[in-house]
Amino acid sequence: MSNEDIQKGLAEIVEEVAGVEAADVTADKSFVDDLDIDSLSMVEIAVQAEDKFGVKIPDDELANLKTVGDAVQYIASNA
Amino acid sequence: MTALASRPGPAGTRILGLGSFQPETIVSNDDLAQTMDTSDQWIRERVGIVNRRFAKPDEKLVDMAIEAGAKAIADAGLSPTDIDAVLVATCTMPSMIPNAAAQVAHRLGVTSAPAFDLNAACAGFCYGLGTASDLVRAGSARYVLVIGAEKLTDWVDPTDRSTAIIFADGAGAAVVGPSEETGIGPVAWGSAGDLADMIQVADRNSFVFQEGQSVFRWATTQIAPIALRAVELAGIELSDVDVFVPHQANLRIIELIAKRLRAKGAREDLVIARDIVDSGNTSSASIPLALDHMRAAGEVKSGDVALLVGFGAGLSYAGQVVRLP
Ligand SMILES: CC(C)(COP(=O)(O)OP(=O)(O)OC[C@H]1O[C@@H](n2cnc3c(N)ncnc32)[C@H](O)[C@@H]1OP(=O)(O)O)[C@@H](O)C(=O)NCCC(=O)NCCS
Repeated sequence: MSNEDIQKGLAEIVEEVAGVEAADVTADKSFVDDLDIDSLSMVEIAVQAEDKFGVKIPDDELANLKTVGDAVQYIASNA
Repeated sequence: MTALASRPGPAGTRILGLGSFQPETIVSNDDLAQTMDTSDQWIRERVGIVNRRFAKPDEKLVDMAIEAGAKAIADAGLSPTDIDAVLVATCTMPSMIPNAAAQVAHRLGVTSAPAFDLNAACAGFCYGLGTASDLVRAGSARYVLVIGAEKLTDWVDPTDRSTAIIFADGAGAAVVGPSEETGIGPVAWGSAGDLADMIQVADRNSFVFQEGQSVFRWATTQIAPIALRAVELAGIELSDVDVFVPHQANLRIIELIAKRLRAKGAREDLVIARDIVDSGNTSSASIPLALDHMRAAGEVKSGDVALLVGFGAGLSYAGQVVRLP
């Protein structure tokens, strides 16, 4: 799966969980500061991303995924 | 060889009565914000609590358990002398010994009854209900009083904003007795001791500690399957369930589990317990408290099919389908 596909899939999850427009979910955006997503919604996003991309995103790794780009990179290299 | 006798029990069991008790003191989010760095908005958004009840220093766990238990016995149309076993689910007794149940039994006038505490933390009420139902079916007791009672404020650091805003005090009770038809379905229960560190009071000088996000992930992913298993064991369809009463841990956990149940076929008009909003997280007391409050508010009625599921420290979990009295 290309990084572009991962980002698109992740954006759909973010929209579903947090009500953020998928188009706003771009690589440079910070989940917390730019998209206003709280830590519990991040857990929900991680759970759905695990199902969708077949990766494991443990809580301690999740804490390091600050931006959408970080998450896409993590998924790309661990899927 | 000499044969040993066994006692026959009834074919089924049911909940005959419910009762609950909450301390008088109502503590709002704004009250908490006066003593710690938090806000009404943060608490509403993260955990969904608006008000909770705190017991006074001289208001003991046993006192709350007795109040709830007495109401449940009266609601069942029984008197204390009819009760022949008392089971208190709790994880916050101030003393390791004596237990709560023997004092509760004595002060209620349930004389010489077997009485014991059961610690399965927030899963305690469902563990207790399953145990009580089996005691009755095995003929070991005819009427069992099951109480979930907690004084969490004894074990929570009042200055720790990650726990002090969540946990609260209260008690809820049910009387379980014989029935021709099954009114308490088989319990779906278990534990995950590999995750024991996730929620704990490490020793007698410590307060409740939890890894909030890990607990959130566990509860929102692992508990819906337990609820589904309870429905399967009861031999009904998820669409037969009228009321869903999960442990009142966090409103977001409740909504996410309910969402998973809807995706599996629960009805759109499924009534969902949201008692946490005004009661906080009362651990083993939360399910019977919610049931009693929903009944008083007319949100549920006698005969409704309710799906109960408790989960928490241990980690432990238990769920069953019951018909409401
Ligand atoms: C406990 C819980 C509410 C904490 O929420 P969270 O989103 O995980 O909170 P975090 O610890 O990540 O903290 C997020 C931020 O809010 C702050 N915060 C924590 N508690 C706060 C409070 N009461 N008020 C205001 N801010 C608070 C933190 O300091 C942190 O700030 P920072 O990002 O600037 O450092 C949440 O994890 C939860 O409810 N989990 C489930 C636990 C549960 O149900 N237990 C019972 C099981 S029976």
